Amino acid sequence: METSSNPSVFLLTVNGQIEGANFPDYDSLYCKYCYVYGHDWAPTTGLEEGITQITSKSTQSHRLIWNFPLEITFKSTNPSGWPQLVVSVYGPDVFGNDVVRGYGATHIPFTPGQHTRTIPMFVPEPTWRLQKFTGWLLGRRPEYTDPKVVAQGEGREVTRVRSQGFVTVSFHIMTKDMKKMGYDAGPSSPSAVQSEAQSYVK
Amino acid sequence: MERMAASSEIREKLRNKRRALQDTLVKNKNEDDIQALVPSARFNVDQQPTAMKEAEGSDEDPGETLRRTFRAQRQRRKKKLLEQSFVQECHDAEDAEEVPNARRHSANEGSADRADDSVVSTRPPTGSQRALSVRSEDSSSSQHLDTYVTRHLQEKLRAARSKGESLQQQEASEVSAEPVSRLQRLKNRDTVTRFDREAEPISAGRQDDPLALRSRVKFREAGRRVVKDLPTAEEAFNFFTFNYEPEPPSQQEGVSRKRQKRRERVKKDKGEDSQEEAEVEEDAEAEEDNQDQNEYQSEDAPLVRNEDDLFAIDHSPQDFVEMRKAEYVAYRKRVQRDRELLFTPSFRTVPTSVKLPENMKPRFLEDEGLYVGERPPVSLTNENILENRILKMAEGNKWFGDDGKVIALPDPIKESSTRPPLFHMEGDLDPALQTVYRKALKSKYANLYIAGAADPEGDYQLDVDVSGLIFSHHPLFSREHVLASRLAQLYDQHLSRQHNNLTGHLTDKLNGLRNALQNMMKIHGEQGSSEALRQRISEYSLEVRNTRQLRDTEQEKDRTLLRSVIKVWKEIKALREFQKFTNTPFKLYLRRENVDRASDERDYEGEILAEVLELEAESEGEYQKKLAEYKKQLEDWKLWRRKQKAKRKKKKKKKKGLAQEDTEEEDQDQDESESEGPFEEGPAKPQPPERPDVDSMEQWVREKASRIRRKPGEAILIPELSASGSITASELCPRAEIARREDVSRRSLFIKILYNDKEVSRTDSRSLSADFRVHFGQIFNLKIINCPHSINLQVFEEVGSSCSLLAQVFVPVPDPSVVTGSAPIEEFEFSSNQRVMFDHEGVGSDVPLSFESDGSNRLTLLTSGKLSCCVSWGIGEEGVPLAPPVSQQPGGTHSGRWHLDAVSYIGASGLYDMKKIGEWATQSRLDPNDPKNTSIMQLLKVASSGEVTAPDYFRLEHLQEEFNFVTDEELERSRRFRLLRLRNQEAPEFRNYKFVPLLEREVSDKVFQDYEKRLKDGEIIDTREHLDPHRALVAKYLQKIRESVINRFILAKHFYQLSDLVTEEEIPSIGGAGSGILGINLFKLAESKRPLKPQRKERKKVTAQNLSDGDIKLLINVIRAHNIPIRKPLGNKPGQSSQSALQGSDWYLSQVQVRPFVEVSFQRTVLQTTTADGPNPSWNEELQLPFSAPNGDYSTSSLQSVKDEVFINIFDEVLYETGPGGKERGTSIHTQIEKHWLGSVKIPFSTVYSQSKIDGAFKVNTPAVLLGYSREHGGSSSVYDQWRSTHGGTFLRLFLTIEPQLVPGESVREKFDSQEDERLLQAAEKFEKEAAQGFPDRPCITTVTDLSGKTVFITRYVRPLNPPQEFLDAFPNNPQEATTLVARFVSLIPSLPDQVSFSGTCDLWSTCDQFLTLLAGDEEEHAVLLCNYFLFLGKRAWLVIGTAIPEGTTVYVLTHEQSGYFIWNPSSGQFYNKDDSFCPLQTVGCLVNADNVWYNVQENPSPLNTNFDITKSNMWKPFFSRSFSHPGLSSVQPEELVYRPIDRAAAAELQDRVEKILKEKIMEWRPRHPTRWNRYCNTTLKQFLPKLEQSRGQDVAEGHRLELQNLLGDYRIAGFPLHLPFSEIRPIIEAVHSTGVHNIHSANVEFALAVYVHPYPNNVLSVWVYLASLVRT
Repeated sequence: METSSNPSVFLLTVNGQIEGANFPDYDSLYCKYCYVYGHDWAPTTGLEEGITQITSKSTQSHRLIWNFPLEITFKSTNPSGWPQLVVSVYGPDVFGNDVVRGYGATHIPFTPGQHTRTIPMFVPEPTWRLQKFTGWLLGRRPEYTDPKVVAQGEGREVTRVRSQGFVTVSFHIMTKDMKKMGYDAGPSSPSAVQSEAQSYVK
Repeated sequence: MERMAASSEIREKLRNKRRALQDTLVKNKNEDDIQALVPSARFNVDQQPTAMKEAEGSDEDPGETLRRTFRAQRQRRKKKLLEQSFVQECHDAEDAEEVPNARRHSANEGSADRADDSVVSTRPPTGSQRALSVRSEDSSSSQHLDTYVTRHLQEKLRAARSKGESLQQQEASEVSAEPVSRLQRLKNRDTVTRFDREAEPISAGRQDDPLALRSRVKFREAGRRVVKDLPTAEEAFNFFTFNYEPEPPSQQEGVSRKRQKRRERVKKDKGEDSQEEAEVEEDAEAEEDNQDQNEYQSEDAPLVRNEDDLFAIDHSPQDFVEMRKAEYVAYRKRVQRDRELLFTPSFRTVPTSVKLPENMKPRFLEDEGLYVGERPPVSLTNENILENRILKMAEGNKWFGDDGKVIALPDPIKESSTRPPLFHMEGDLDPALQTVYRKALKSKYANLYIAGAADPEGDYQLDVDVSGLIFSHHPLFSREHVLASRLAQLYDQHLSRQHNNLTGHLTDKLNGLRNALQNMMKIHGEQGSSEALRQRISEYSLEVRNTRQLRDTEQEKDRTLLRSVIKVWKEIKALREFQKFTNTPFKLYLRRENVDRASDERDYEGEILAEVLELEAESEGEYQKKLAEYKKQLEDWKLWRRKQKAKRKKKKKKKKGLAQEDTEEEDQDQDESESEGPFEEGPAKPQPPERPDVDSMEQWVREKASRIRRKPGEAILIPELSASGSITASELCPRAEIARREDVSRRSLFIKILYNDKEVSRTDSRSLSADFRVHFGQIFNLKIINCPHSINLQVFEEVGSSCSLLAQVFVPVPDPSVVTGSAPIEEFEFSSNQRVMFDHEGVGSDVPLSFESDGSNRLTLLTSGKLSCCVSWGIGEEGVPLAPPVSQQPGGTHSGRWHLDAVSYIGASGLYDMKKIGEWATQSRLDPNDPKNTSIMQLLKVASSGEVTAPDYFRLEHLQEEFNFVTDEELERSRRFRLLRLRNQEAPEFRNYKFVPLLEREVSDKVFQDYEKRLKDGEIIDTREHLDPHRALVAKYLQKIRESVINRFILAKHFYQLSDLVTEEEIPSIGGAGSGILGINLFKLAESKRPLKPQRKERKKVTAQNLSDGDIKLLINVIRAHNIPIRKPLGNKPGQSSQSALQGSDWYLSQVQVRPFVEVSFQRTVLQTTTADGPNPSWNEELQLPFSAPNGDYSTSSLQSVKDEVFINIFDEVLYETGPGGKERGTSIHTQIEKHWLGSVKIPFSTVYSQSKIDGAFKVNTPAVLLGYSREHGGSSSVYDQWRSTHGGTFLRLFLTIEPQLVPGESVREKFDSQEDERLLQAAEKFEKEAAQGFPDRPCITTVTDLSGKTVFITRYVRPLNPPQEFLDAFPNNPQEATTLVARFVSLIPSLPDQVSFSGTCDLWSTCDQFLTLLAGDEEEHAVLLCNYFLFLGKRAWLVIGTAIPEGTTVYVLTHEQSGYFIWNPSSGQFYNKDDSFCPLQTVGCLVNADNVWYNVQENPSPLNTNFDITKSNMWKPFFSRSFSHPGLSSVQPEELVYRPIDRAAAAELQDRVEKILKEKIMEWRPRHPTRWNRYCNTTLKQFLPKLEQSRGQDVAEGHRLELQNLLGDYRIAGFPLHLPFSEIRPIIEAVHSTGVHNIHSANVEFALAVYVHPYPNNVLSVWVYLASLVRT
């Protein structure tokens, strides 16, 4: 086909799941995710943002398990602005107010194959102590205006954060036409190389 | 004791009882619910008397002996209680109690009966339904029950006896210690309350255990009270009656009830109802008995293991279960099951009797005098739990000893160690046990640190020898020290120069050269000149010259150095003299070496002579050379001239023929050559060189010699510095100096050695000596594993306990060849820029210091010094250097490369160290011919030639080229890269460009077209669109300002504040106006949940990112209109009336005054409402118009710059019946619908966007004259008449909003720089903040941004300014007229909202002259100008900042006149009375004049309710008050405005052009119909327009209409004049188009159009367009 032999975009397919989290002090949490990507990227299929169920720790294990599936395909013309997964975790505090428990972001892995990422999470700190107290009391902790802030570097110098816990995400990455476009994202399986070689021969 | 003795007997009886119980259970299952309900606890108490009785021994008859036994029993029990609670405290009380109690027993007997009855009678029907149901059951089997009851009671008595014993025991240990599972007990208690709810208060003490406990507590309290103060007899009585009473009646009652029961049994046959109740209760008691027994049994199970029937009891409830409600049984079942499975050991103390075999008394061995040892300490609770658990087990008893305690060994923990000490020596030890020392082994991976290290055994040692340090400056230096150190430095320099003796060398060389030269000259003179020789001579002379120059400079240096040494020494001496003590041991001796004066002089002169001669020769040579050159040039020049002449001659000849004479020509040529000289280029005539001046030369040489050389005969001075001087002892010094010395002695220093940034060791702390030297002399051997990156010595200074880092010295890692012993000690300079100041003699550091008396010539010294140390590789045992091999040097991994890479070899910091680069260059044998190395070779050449000069620049990014992945040209050429770069730069066209194609070929050139066009257009002014060159310029200027502002905003967008990123709750104001403490609004809690007047809730706002076309709709709710003009009856003309009469529609038409509808057009979408009737129609229709953002970009900034306007036009729908064709008359009627424009409202989208909703009555822009319509509503008398008379306007009530609600753009942080006082700015910020807190809906502005983007205080804008003189002259004696004229002038300046021109809601305020130049501005510019004019006219005027419809936050003008306050809308020129309810101003935020800003703090901000008396401080809060007075801010406005005169010619020209364009446009809009112009009408209208302008659109309409009608009698005219301020042609066309006049398609329609442009000063133009359609009737 004309399009396949002469592609103008490359595709990145992400399958995976938000496996769970490790927040030693908190329980009954849920997680929101979204993607941040550059100008030259666009999702073709899949959910761009989502929200998991609320999960509680069991008595045996202290991990929170969501097992929330991720599935999205991007197309792009430029590796700059490679998509990032932004996760933010929320849950009730002592008084039952829904407060944020952590923000975190990770780039979607470049290389095809299976990857597991453990994202360290953090929350912004109140500017001063009284605010911390009232925030705790009223359940109004400081939050980012937009969770996507954590995927950008600009303007972060004005914030102070506290680290909170970890979220584990597993990815299965597939790419299409990356090599044809001249981007070598590291080792790919030998069979793929072979097939590409064949296509070149043709 | 007796109870214990009887315990075996009890057990026997229990067994009996259980058997009996079983029987009863089998018999009547249906009684079981009562069993469950009746508390066992109550039973316990009830049974107590019988138990006691039994204990007494009298078995059978309770009747007579009961009272007696009871008393005895009670007494005993109470005694026990007393013992437990307050042992011996109230024996007397106990004694006193005895008597009344005994008495009361008998008294209570009867009352108890009554009480019991009353229990029955007072039980409410709802009291216990279960009891009722039971009753019915009972009655059904009453016979059966009777027999049961009798038997049961007998058995119960028997059983109770046995049980009582155990109960007593329990109580003895702990009242509530019965081993019932807690769950069970809870349940029982619950049932107690249910069943006995009524009974309890009456009998006040059917005591269960908790109750008993309670009473005991009470008793204890009473006892305490007794102890406090001895009670009187009465008190004692009260005490017993009140506190202790509850117990006896219960017991008594129990007894009496027993008796009653017996009586009942006798009476039972009668079957009385009243008794039955009692029976039930009785039964309940009985059952409860059983129940308790059950429990007890189950508890006792291990004790009585053989009892199989226990099982049956456990299961029996399950059998009953089937008759119960399911869930209840399930619960029970579960309880049961739990009880089967689970065992929770009680933590109560186990009675001793249980633990011991029957009939055994506890035996206390210790009491018997035997040693038992100390038991291990175990907490009582744990012990109890353990005992309970053990008892539960089979053969539990065997764990208990004779004393009833768990058998335990004495405390097993020994206090001394049990391990045998080792007394024998090591040698005696078993060799297997001997410890062997092994060296710590490195793991294999350790080698990774030193790259490529092959042998793991290679251990490397770095020896760091820190010998000491010397301060060249230290804060504690005294002045003398400073000088001394300088002296020492100079002396060192001198010595080193002396040592090198450059002067000597150079002098020798010079002499040698001279000799050689002379020799050569001699030979030369003899043999004549050969070319080679001459060449050599010149070379030599050059050499001589160079050497001489060098020598001279060296000599000069020597000389100055010597001088400065002497000078410093003199200074020291002076200082010592002055301060009268000596701090430094330095002494300078000047050794004089006398010379032979004569010879010296000779030498000197000879030298000078030689030099002069040389110079002469040189200059002569120079001269000759120049002369030769000159000659040559002259030759050339002459040659050239000749040629020129020849050429010209030829030309001349050609021109003039041959007629002219040669001589003449010659002359002419001469002239011409002179004149033509400038034109024809050629060599200028050379100047002959000057002869050198020999005399001056000699003089110069002498001068120089005297400056740099010793004078002839002067002794040679040789300075010698010695440290032999004595230092004045401290006692003799002044106080400040002593303080300094003490400070010095307090200081000590040490050095930390950091290897690879880790501290490895540090030297001892050594105190600072008086001469500021510290000697360490320590060598540290560092065994290293990691490859060395840095060695850092940190100098720390200690004062007392605090130490501070003084300086860091980075020592280079030595070469492997540098080994200990051979390495010299190097000195490393260090310095620190810490500022230190002292109040004593110490000079401090980084503090300016002067040695001059006048304080001039200051110098600032920094702490500095030299650290002498040496770092080398250690030497191993065999003399092998313990250094890593060369290949393991840093960078060894890429050893093939490191020689070529300077950075990796010497490190980036070494790059500006020339020496190192030089070293590296020689080592790596750089190829000097390789072009790659040219820069370095160049650098080295520069560095090595002459003196080493450090470059005065840093070479940054010298490796940048390696990182460029394409060349710059390629980058420039590539379209894709260009696109990417432009996007990154945020160029407006590409800011949101998506999907930059991956391949070059896919980027089309078209992409850049817009961008390039914009760049190109930047320079060209398009005059076509503007009709007026001035306006074109202004438009360009505005465009430029806009761009710069946008750029500023784009920049500002990248500066983030915390609030941009993090949303955080505000710190709640404590006790603030709105919210209470910690933000909890107490009023909010008290608010009614469903208020009578519900408030509009905020809709959910949508962020603009996720939007696309079609998502956003503009909702317009057209509610109603007031005062729409009505049609005039056409009956003026007789012909018309007859016609209408003929048509029969006259009646209808005159009834239908007007049939208006509203048409809304927005972004090419046109929607209209239905047609309503009458001048005050009500539509109430919602219109939805789709909205699409430009380029599909829904970002905030893009939405803000949407320029589209919402046009809302009111039309009258007119139906005409066109003359039907002759044939069809009667059968068909053709109706033609015409719509006549009545007025319009324009609302910019930006206003809707920024305010999110607009709600209100808008004044409709109606033309001054509407032909065929009138405002008067003849005959219709209504309440509106009154305001109609005052307000001629038409009003349209609208509600506009955007669905979904968009987040309005955040106002850009206007943190611009400012020239205002910081204090003022802060005050302004505070003022605004407070205002926003108090009244968030009232705008308050104190600072604004001017056109250059600076913050300016608002009052600076207000200043009286002159309006154009013409206006003042026009009405010299009518100030009112002048006022309105001025207002009209201001309103004629076109409005241009800032939001459109400047994206972002930034308000830019231009000054009046800027405004008049730009001729475009926002409301605030209009307002400021108007206000300033008013002030000039002598009015009292203020700027009003408030909100209005439809502008939103805006600025109006307020004036105060005798008749009251007036509010002016500066953009329209309209004014309103303060009390006018149709004033568009809705809220008044603040008032501004030149002196102050007042903020409105009144309850109601609408102008109607606002009191404008600004002196009242409770209504107006002033900015400048007494506490912060007006600092006298000067105005930013010019002193005077200069106006351009009226340009009538331009106006006339414009008028013609506008007319032409409009006519063309109208014809263009009617493509299918011919457009006829009625010329006659045109001229009439044109004459009329100037009148309108003069009257400013006021009522001249009536006369005009009549005039028109007279002229054009046969036409039906519909038309109106439009009035616009002139800015561009486009808005005029739009306005004409929106009226829809061109849409009339009737065949015989004619049009009339007239344009009039009235000029005002300063190019302000008022445009009138008269449009009319004429239909011949």
